Amino acid sequence: MSEIELQEVSHEFLTPDGPFPVLEKISLKVPEGAFTSVVGPSGCGKSTLTRLISGLIKPTQGSIKLGGREVTGPIPTVGMAFQNPVMLEWRSVVKNITLPLEIVAPKMPAKEQEDRARELLKLVSLEGYEENRPSELSGGMRQRVSLCRSLVHRPEVLILDEPFGALDAFTREELWQIMHSLRDEEQITCLLITHDLRESVFLSDEVIVLSDRPARNQYTTKIDLGSERTLDDLYTPQTTEQLAVLRHQIEVAQGRK
Amino acid sequence: MELSNNLVRKVVIPLIAIAIFLVVWEWIVWINGWPNYKMASPSDLGPAFWKYRVLFLEYGWDTFWRTVAGLGLSVLVGTMLGMIMGFSRVIREGLYPLLVGFNAIPKATVVPVIALILVGLDDLNTILIAFLISFFPIAVSVSIGLSTLEPEYRDILRSLGATRLTIFWKIALPKTLPEFFGALKVAVTLAFIGTNLMEIVEPHGKGLGHLFDSGKINADYPLMFAVLIALAFLGIVLFYIVVFLERIFAGWAERD
Repeated sequence: MSEIELQEVSHEFLTPDGPFPVLEKISLKVPEGAFTSVVGPSGCGKSTLTRLISGLIKPTQGSIKLGGREVTGPIPTVGMAFQNPVMLEWRSVVKNITLPLEIVAPKMPAKEQEDRARELLKLVSLEGYEENRPSELSGGMRQRVSLCRSLVHRPEVLILDEPFGALDAFTREELWQIMHSLRDEEQITCLLITHDLRESVFLSDEVIVLSDRPARNQYTTKIDLGSERTLDDLYTPQTTEQLAVLRHQIEVAQGRK
Repeated sequence: MELSNNLVRKVVIPLIAIAIFLVVWEWIVWINGWPNYKMASPSDLGPAFWKYRVLFLEYGWDTFWRTVAGLGLSVLVGTMLGMIMGFSRVIREGLYPLLVGFNAIPKATVVPVIALILVGLDDLNTILIAFLISFFPIAVSVSIGLSTLEPEYRDILRSLGATRLTIFWKIALPKTLPEFFGALKVAVTLAFIGTNLMEIVEPHGKGLGHLFDSGKINADYPLMFAVLIALAFLGIVLFYIVVFLERIFAGWAERD
């Protein structure tokens, strides 16, 4: 586990028409073992944020630290899961999950790599699918495999870029609960990018609203639902009010209010 | 029961179709009373094959190995070109019009040019034509396969610090295999056409094309038809070798 800290991070893309600012002085801090969600209007630069934190691109300005160390390039202690759960279709489910280990720990015996993958599959209730091909899985199952893959190398930081966005409502809620049980078992600091306010409230300790592009910090709120959460918690007056506030903030960000 | 059903579908029915085809062919020739020098009939083919059996084996082998060599060259160069174009947009945009233009030239016109430049090197210029006619689909399919790789694939591995080579080896290459084999199926037929083109347009005493040509000169129609059948057979063999390799290396892409 390590904390994620962004200090006044700005980023702009260079286009033929000149610089194109995407993020403007974003600051945030996810304490060790905590779960933070980032919500904001479509196209406000949330995905750029994930690429910055994982070291895939460098910010134009500001500093990004993981566990107190400045991020200068890709770091193997980060796990990533995307909305599109790309699978290596020619490999079995287990072999898909071990992929990061083959890069990070190439010397680890294949048996041990696979045992670790099996352990994670159990956590996401996919026992019995170890040897299946990805094409035989449903969208929700693929996303669960994708989560396992992002966790297999025991990353300290997990970055989730709308992983549940393309799933139907029931599957999504099922995966939220799986996400909670994964957090209980694996020691990770999580940052979730999402469009779904209920999802952000159900999963996080803190929700950050970003403004429209260029994205700036607009609003931050703590979620006090404790660590034992059920879907019923989403329907209490207290949560409903919090969701209404977030809803309002998104509308402000979109410039509609 | 299921097994025998499969056997009937895959073996017996095609065999019946071939038999019907031969009978109809024989019947058309017979009913019209066509002599051998107008149209050979299936019953003439057996004697023709037997009479020239040694030449069929020898020339068939010439055609076969030169096609395979040309195709091998295509795979090598086509894959390399495809890789370069797949990874670099600048090179892709630069090379594409050149390749398309080159591919548009009818290869029959290139045959005399190659034969003139490499005069006397029969095997080499035959292989070269087989290669020139067949590398294009391979280069295009590999470059498309690589350039359409979803960015998530790359990000997953790059965020772990994997090198470009690892990404290519673990993801890009296997991901491109179905497209590659699709193109190889087209290329194998093209390479085969290329070999025969050289053998027929610039006969040099080798290959089934040469046998066809001598049948033409001697007005030996049964021999010409026998060569056609032999070519069809060889083409089928080459095609199914590719299909077999595809099953092994890219069988995962097939879905029931």
